[in-house]
Amino acid sequence: MSAVPSTVPSAAAFKVPGFWRRALHHRSFVIGGVLTLLLILAAAISLVWTPWSPYEMNMAHKLKPPTAAHWLGTDTFGRDVASLLLVGARASILVGVIAVGIGLVAGTALGLLAAARRGWVEEAIMRFADFSMAFPAILSAIMMTAVFGAGIVNAIIAIGIYNIPTFARITRASANAIWSREYVAAARACGKGGFAITMQHVLPNISAVLIVQSTIRFAIAILAEAALSYLGLGTQPPQPSWGRMLSEAQTMMFQAPLLAVFPGMAIALAVLGLNLLGDGLRDLLDPRLARAR
Amino acid sequence: MSLFLFKRFITLIATLIGASVIVFLVLEILPGNAAQMLMGPDASPEAVAALATKLGLDQPAWARYWHWIGGLLTGNLGDSYAYSTPVIELILERLTLTVPLALLAMAFTTVLALLVGVTAAARHNKLGDVGLMGLTQVGIAIPNFWFAILLILVFSVQLQWFSAGGFEGWDDGVLAGLKALLLPALSLAVVQAAILARITRSAVLEVMREDFVRTARAKGVSQRAVLWTHVLRNALIPVITVMGMQFSELLAGTIVVENVFYLPGLGRLIFQAISNRDLVVVRNCVMLLAAMVVIVNFVVDVLYAVIDPRIKASDI
Repeated sequence: MSAVPSTVPSAAAFKVPGFWRRALHHRSFVIGGVLTLLLILAAAISLVWTPWSPYEMNMAHKLKPPTAAHWLGTDTFGRDVASLLLVGARASILVGVIAVGIGLVAGTALGLLAAARRGWVEEAIMRFADFSMAFPAILSAIMMTAVFGAGIVNAIIAIGIYNIPTFARITRASANAIWSREYVAAARACGKGGFAITMQHVLPNISAVLIVQSTIRFAIAILAEAALSYLGLGTQPPQPSWGRMLSEAQTMMFQAPLLAVFPGMAIALAVLGLNLLGDGLRDLLDPRLARAR
Repeated sequence: MSLFLFKRFITLIATLIGASVIVFLVLEILPGNAAQMLMGPDASPEAVAALATKLGLDQPAWARYWHWIGGLLTGNLGDSYAYSTPVIELILERLTLTVPLALLAMAFTTVLALLVGVTAAARHNKLGDVGLMGLTQVGIAIPNFWFAILLILVFSVQLQWFSAGGFEGWDDGVLAGLKALLLPALSLAVVQAAILARITRSAVLEVMREDFVRTARAKGVSQRAVLWTHVLRNALIPVITVMGMQFSELLAGTIVVENVFYLPGLGRLIFQAISNRDLVVVRNCVMLLAAMVVIVNFVVDVLYAVIDPRIKASDI
């Protein structure tokens, strides 16, 4: 019952003259792009500099409100919250990149295979995707954790596996639309095989759909990692993580309520940025959708 | 209609079997020797072998799978290692919290989303529409467990209207129980309502362009009546599709939110079972949640046909 688009926007749209001019006038794209850049910048800066060491505990200065020395205050162990937030951005980006990478590579390969081979191969891949849809990200991660133990690596693998069926479905639907095009029939008539057509014609023409979907799944991966770390199943101490900061802040809600505000805001801004960027890209790469919205 | 139902039912059974195979492979085969895992690395080989025999781990995998499925069908899910209680009793007890919580959250989601979505569509491209859609973008980005913490900060810590967590059960009356579930349900609902509101708005805008809407307006039917009766009914298909998918997100969300509010539901049971390495409980709880997701999607598909009788078996 999946809707197969009649046309699929191509990543070549990035090279169309005027794309970036239009992009810079698109509100969602600009706000999303700025927020996403800030997230990347925070993670990059934390590699070389943080106001204080995020691992250094100072019980004499614990639970301090924001001051000139500690811009966002200190936590239960006297660690600088701003430094923890900067380093925490690394965990979010790491999980997002690898988990989306796993889903993108494996899901796209399965979706392309399903579209190219059709028949029982397509049926088997799609039914497998159906089964996997029964397991939301948290549930997949819980199964992985129950077997292999808690940790960032298992969390990444679980979120990545959860992404596979989504990418497989989207790739197959978009690839099917390309396979029905006349230029694919022409390529076939020229004697090109299924693999060559997939790599030369299908994949480049569905790349925009995959780029848009990747930004959306990136945001979902950040949320899933934060939730798992909040539960103690994701990033482990002493590595800072926004989800774990929230979990620690919850125990101090009466003494230092602000501690619970900053990490949540960081997660929300990162997710908002990626969602807006995805929306913007979708509008710019497929103007028909923008008109429909 | 009956062929449509039959085909969907066959798909439902196949999906349930597929999901059960995945759960069994991941939680029964992948861990290797579950007895060793339970007893720890220092346990003697004899003790591990004795526990393995007691747990039936010396039998072939297919026999263990068959035994588990038989147990699922008859309600005999075995005993919890950690609690030494039948798993079915543990699950049934926890469901009295998780099911009402998920349903309450779904009810909040639906009411909020329809109100926001239809209101925004009625004010298309005006200030109200832009403002509401901006709010939904923020709503989608907020992690539900953070929103839960913010609700506790405001309504429990500052205003002291609600308790910060815990659930006394339904013995003190339905109202007291619902009051304890109100903040958790709201925190689950807001994010999903934001997503659903955007879908509702798009679907309503799509239907508002149809000829029959113009005809109804031309015949003098009020804008409000057109929106809430003619338009909304025809816009429900995409809305219900997303609601079906959202119920699975709500169920998964209960795992996190129950932990924020220290609610003794199914989510917290799974979480505690993982800490205790109680794989029997984890396996059955995960299967139950997955089955609920699949069954809700089945019900949604059936609802399509009720709402829009043009949908036939050939459409699936």
